[in-house]
Amino acid sequence: MPDPKNVEKMMLTGNAAAAWGVRLAEVDYIPAFPITPQTEIIEKLAKWIADEVMDGRFVNMDSEHSMITAAGAASATGVRTFTASSSQGFLYGFEMLYTVAGWRVPLVMVNVSRGLSSPITLEPDHNDVLAARDSGFLQIHCETCQEVLDSILMAYRLAEDKRVLLPVIVNLDGFYLSFTREPVEVPDVAMVRKFLPSYRPEHAFFKASQPMAQGVAALGGSLYSYFKYQMHLASQKALEVYKEVCGEFEKEFGRNYDTIESYMVDDAEYVLIMTNSFSTLGKVAVKKARENGIKAGLLRLRLFRPFPAADIKDAIHSKKAVAVLDQNISIGKGGILYSEIAGCLYNEKQRPLLLSFIAGLGGKNISQKEFEFIFDKMLEGDTEDVGMPRLLYTEAEWKEAAKLKEIAGRG
Amino acid sequence: MEKTPEAAPVRSIKDLPSEENILPGTPVCAGCGGLLTLRYCLKALGSNVVIVNAAGCFTLLSIYPFTPFKSSWLYTAMACAPAGAQGVRDALDVLIEKERLDPEDDLKVVVLTGDGAAYGMGLASTSAAIHRNLDFYYICYNNEAYGNTGFQQSEATPFGSKTGTTPPGKTSPAGKDFPEKDLFEIWNSHKPPYLATISPAHPVDLINKFKKAEKYRGPKLFIALSPCPPGWATDPSLSVKLAKLSVDTGIWALKESVYGEVEHTYIPKSFKPVEDYLKLQGRFAHLFKPTRQEETLKRIQEMVDDYWNRYKLLL
Repeated sequence: MPDPKNVEKMMLTGNAAAAWGVRLAEVDYIPAFPITPQTEIIEKLAKWIADEVMDGRFVNMDSEHSMITAAGAASATGVRTFTASSSQGFLYGFEMLYTVAGWRVPLVMVNVSRGLSSPITLEPDHNDVLAARDSGFLQIHCETCQEVLDSILMAYRLAEDKRVLLPVIVNLDGFYLSFTREPVEVPDVAMVRKFLPSYRPEHAFFKASQPMAQGVAALGGSLYSYFKYQMHLASQKALEVYKEVCGEFEKEFGRNYDTIESYMVDDAEYVLIMTNSFSTLGKVAVKKARENGIKAGLLRLRLFRPFPAADIKDAIHSKKAVAVLDQNISIGKGGILYSEIAGCLYNEKQRPLLLSFIAGLGGKNISQKEFEFIFDKMLEGDTEDVGMPRLLYTEAEWKEAAKLKEIAGRG
Repeated sequence: MEKTPEAAPVRSIKDLPSEENILPGTPVCAGCGGLLTLRYCLKALGSNVVIVNAAGCFTLLSIYPFTPFKSSWLYTAMACAPAGAQGVRDALDVLIEKERLDPEDDLKVVVLTGDGAAYGMGLASTSAAIHRNLDFYYICYNNEAYGNTGFQQSEATPFGSKTGTTPPGKTSPAGKDFPEKDLFEIWNSHKPPYLATISPAHPVDLINKFKKAEKYRGPKLFIALSPCPPGWATDPSLSVKLAKLSVDTGIWALKESVYGEVEHTYIPKSFKPVEDYLKLQGRFAHLFKPTRQEETLKRIQEMVDDYWNRYKLLL
């Protein structure tokens, strides 16, 4: 457990907590490009570097595509590197996510989730970060500001471990977390150094005395497959490394972050599955359901890549019903998490009823009534349209949309 | 800003550095003008170099597990090699500053792209790197089309060229019916410390430009017109001759610019007619047969004459 003398309590937004994580990780290099709702992170870092309270180099890039390239290239040269983006910017740089992951360099980046155009919008859902699902980046999804800071420290440990050597995305929700102040324990840098020593590259670097060709072409399917399988195996290995890192983090800082968070799940019969900041709404709904005699629980996915299939299976295979709330939509199919969770349960002899709900797109609220509807469907054992997502929308929202359509002359 | 004193200029081809930093045995085409250019450039740059490459023909120089370079290499993607160079340069500076890298281990950062990346998709990232005064070299091997995909129109493709996507036909008998971008002028509008055009047929001029560039901190940019036998539909043995003709006809002006001030480094004593250059190449064959496209040929000559008249250098 940490000595309280070495910890300062601050009220921080999710963005500020991310910036603190980067500062405490003593990051060497930050190529940046602004986008709402991420900008506060890079502005804070730029200021700290300008004021010399942080010994790093900051450079304003011309696009997210260039930014991720510069970040990956710096990481391939051997410095600890950070960058951040969101939504459209994240997609603008998308080509380079796959490229940098293939370079096997330990870049850590933050994505502040925001719904994707079009229509262009501001508030969060997870279609942006989930688009990078197959890229090779590991993904950690956060619910609280404290978790954002802590996850950045853990992410560097994980990425720089030579059994892993894959970049990591730490995700937080725009607005609901990026701009929400919460009390955060900010550890002192000496404590962080014990957990996260400075980066000394053994694998990827550039120096005159040891020329190296990186990012070279691999022609022919067998060689290409070899490198892709390597990435997959390293990502799988990261599950085991994650548990070690998690244990060491807890020892140093007293906070535990498993691959999944099980909230009242142990004795639950009906379980919600959620991610990121809206899980807080789900936890409130679980408490209310318990007050009404429903044995409810909530499973929050934290480590999304590598996918902790075994942990998820253990947590829910014996439940009566599980409802997956996807804050994303794969148009023409449904929820992305639903498919993944269904996939990991399919071969189980004992498995719960698995229902799919789409909720919170573009930051749409999830009301208590909607949670009650979800629990009703689980309790009914509703098998009508199983596998097809239910699109949550309240009557009030419907009326509001109708009113706006009328104003637009489409009533 | 000056970095190091200028080295004495090379006077003849006999004085070219004998060191080779790209070794034989690459998979590029026979007679590749770009490879010859690169060979000369690396003689000038030495081996303490990291080449940051964008998608193009030269991406195929390093194919796992081989590389023909004595130096380091990083392939990025098509649009962003200058951004990759930014990351590498900054990281090297940070490592040296923080005493985690011996200054002896420092590298020159060299962007290497074709015209497809330089004139088009990579223009924004290049402009930004010049704007930030990144200390790097940029070598553009310009074969005037997307060569690696089999020769389609790029923004460097000249008026009158046939490519896979500008086939001469009823609606456009000339093939490509508008001229190329002037990348030299676009880059020069940023007033970089050093900018030059080079040619594999003029290695002395090329080496001396690199020597001159070396003393500047910031962007040092080079564009080489590089004959491409398969795309230009020419015999590989003609590449040097074509590079020479491109200069002697005035089509490829050898020049340099220091902080925006342009000077020509070689002015042909008498300009050869552009036809001498065009008629040797299959990509311009449709201008000569089945019928001579008089108007098109005249316009190409006029464009060249206008260029040199603008500088009052047409003697």
